[in-house]
Amino acid sequence: MIFLDAFAWLFDPVNWTGTKSIPVRVGVHLLYCLGAVLGASAIAVPLGLYVGHTGRGGLLLVGGSNALRALPTLGLVTFLYLVAGGGQVGVLIGLIVLAVPPILAGTYAGIQDVDRGVVDAARGMGMTGAQRLWRVELPNALPLLVGGVRNATLQVVATASVAAYVGIETLGRPLLDGLRVLDYGQFVGGAVLIALLAVLLDVLLALAGKLVVPRGLRLSARPRRRVKQVEVGGSTA
Amino acid sequence: MKRTLAVIVAAAFAVSACGSKDDLSGANQPSTAGEVVVGSADFTENKILAEIYAGALKSTGAKVTVKSGIGARELVVKALQDKSLGVVPEYTGNLLNYFDKSNTKTASEEVYTALKSAAPSGLEVLEKSAAEDKDVLVVTKATAASGVKSIADLGEGKYVLGAAGEWAQRWQTKIKDLYGVTFKEIKTTDAGGPVTVDALKNGTAQVANLYTTSADIKANDFVELDDPKSMYPAQNIVPLLRSDAVDAKGKEALNKVSKALTTENLAELVKKVDIDKQTIANVAAEFLKTVQL
Amino acid sequence: MGELAQYLGDAGTRAALLSMLLDHVVLSLLPLVFAIVLAVVLGLVCHRYRRVNGFLVGLSNVVYTIPSLALFAIIPAVIGTQVLDPANVVIALTVYTTALLVRPVVDALDAVPAHVTAAATAMGFRPWRRFLTVELPLSVPVLAAGVRVGSVSNISLVSVGALIGTGGLGTLFTDGFRQRYLAPIVVGIVLTLVLALVVDLLLVALRNALTPWARAGRA
Repeated sequence: MIFLDAFAWLFDPVNWTGTKSIPVRVGVHLLYCLGAVLGASAIAVPLGLYVGHTGRGGLLLVGGSNALRALPTLGLVTFLYLVAGGGQVGVLIGLIVLAVPPILAGTYAGIQDVDRGVVDAARGMGMTGAQRLWRVELPNALPLLVGGVRNATLQVVATASVAAYVGIETLGRPLLDGLRVLDYGQFVGGAVLIALLAVLLDVLLALAGKLVVPRGLRLSARPRRRVKQVEVGGSTA
Repeated sequence: MKRTLAVIVAAAFAVSACGSKDDLSGANQPSTAGEVVVGSADFTENKILAEIYAGALKSTGAKVTVKSGIGARELVVKALQDKSLGVVPEYTGNLLNYFDKSNTKTASEEVYTALKSAAPSGLEVLEKSAAEDKDVLVVTKATAASGVKSIADLGEGKYVLGAAGEWAQRWQTKIKDLYGVTFKEIKTTDAGGPVTVDALKNGTAQVANLYTTSADIKANDFVELDDPKSMYPAQNIVPLLRSDAVDAKGKEALNKVSKALTTENLAELVKKVDIDKQTIANVAAEFLKTVQL
Repeated sequence: MGELAQYLGDAGTRAALLSMLLDHVVLSLLPLVFAIVLAVVLGLVCHRYRRVNGFLVGLSNVVYTIPSLALFAIIPAVIGTQVLDPANVVIALTVYTTALLVRPVVDALDAVPAHVTAAATAMGFRPWRRFLTVELPLSVPVLAAGVRVGSVSNISLVSVGALIGTGGLGTLFTDGFRQRYLAPIVVGIVLTLVLALVVDLLLVALRNALTPWARAGRA
């Protein structure tokens, strides 16, 4: 019943044209998510690599990223809207803050997880610190790193709906509007779109992950990776 | 082994089922004569009114809780009917339009009379107040200076309107029928909140739907557009309740509140909260004191 | 700062904050407790019946793609609760947290060395007793890691419920936003962080109490 309404909403031509159409909202939604994941990666990957490589500040990093996880996105977005006088910057920062912990955890765990024997062998071959990081540790850390990015993406795609509260035309719009007037068709339709988008991006990232991870690592990384996902997981909103 | 498992699964579900029925904030219990849940929509004025209603009901000895900031009318009425709520502050015109989609009445008395018979069974409205809070389309001073004084001056496809999500559904056809007005775009902002006001201020919208008691209109020198054909109906404040949720004493107290409210003192209450940052509870309590409830 | 002092100076506000905080605790931790129970049961099923495993892990991934706001509001339509019932939030968060915890439980149970379970069986433990006294305790460290993530994310997620009228501390964000008032928003963020920290410390303490052998090993 509800899903029939959602179906009707999804395939109503009215919702496919104009400035408030589904394609436009999907685009805006994607843009914010992309910006957030890229921004978060730019912060979290170098930080995770540094801490993982040097072994310095590991405790601080874990504590700090757990505190970040606890930051309520809605609070951050409303706060930044009022401080910055607009929604765009606030939403982007809020989503970046959401995406940093999983990517950070993935990168750090990935480096930590590299067999010490392998690193020692690299050292024995006369590799410098930087060479070890780039040619040994990073490739070995990639499966977990990509896992972190996938988790971050799932969370960001689901949470970007909150942006509609401060007037940004993401896919959260049909959710909030539908909710206000109890129009379940619109509401569930929006939710379905967000879920589809999340699944699609996840599949794409999984494929990308397969391409970037060196073949020799794919088999050996698999069993351990599942256990590590525990620390990498997190919240959606 | 299988049987034990089945028992455990069943037990877990039983536990979660009982637990979820736990009384978390009192509001999920059907409100009976002893316990009244007052609800409000998600804007300041309505929240203040809900606090005032709650205070008035408390003075009759009833046990009262307030459930503030629920979405729009559709959700609030549903919540009244499924007994999540007992009383909500409402507005005659929009409420009538909601109950009777084909309604064309707009004058205060007419609307109220029609509303009394239009309310679905189980729900009723008490006496209406003289206080009114209407939807109003506003523009900036600059836009007004360019010759936009009335809704009719908005023309066809010239401006972007910022309004809450439900506006288009409620008014898009009416404004076209009455004034021949269409918008370049109807941007969904919020119900007269910061997003709407900021959209008008920074020019992403040139017309905004606000409410006549809003403190933002004066604070930003916005100009209210005339509505000569009464597109927006009279919007007297009126308590909407589930008949069995409030006793006779309670109804009497709510009627007393309605008598004491005026458009002016209501606007003043809104200003105290939105601009002076006083708490809704204090503003409501102070008001109740001045009207001796 | 002055704004903050004015805001917190009001006794009514402080009382309201306390009640929102309590709501928040219940709304975020009740689902955690339900989810632990459900995840242990489901995890055991997956551990014993491998075919279910793939299905449940896939399902939990799908659950995670549903926006919480959507889940909060769809529940009344699906199971017929009242639209404003806080149970909607509790059920939605239980679903999320269970999805989060099932995999670690399975992994933890899988990781219990075969010789340990074999030894327990040899000592005459019935499967059920073996599960409760050997396998489950041994999986506590991994489970605890998942529970900590779950508690933090629940505590931050409850706020979103404010958009449907049940938000605990999240109400401070929507109220503050409409009034353009930073004080309540800042207080809401700080209280959320403090709550998450306190609960996390308690969970660590609980984990340590439940795994005395880990301490003995370290000493």
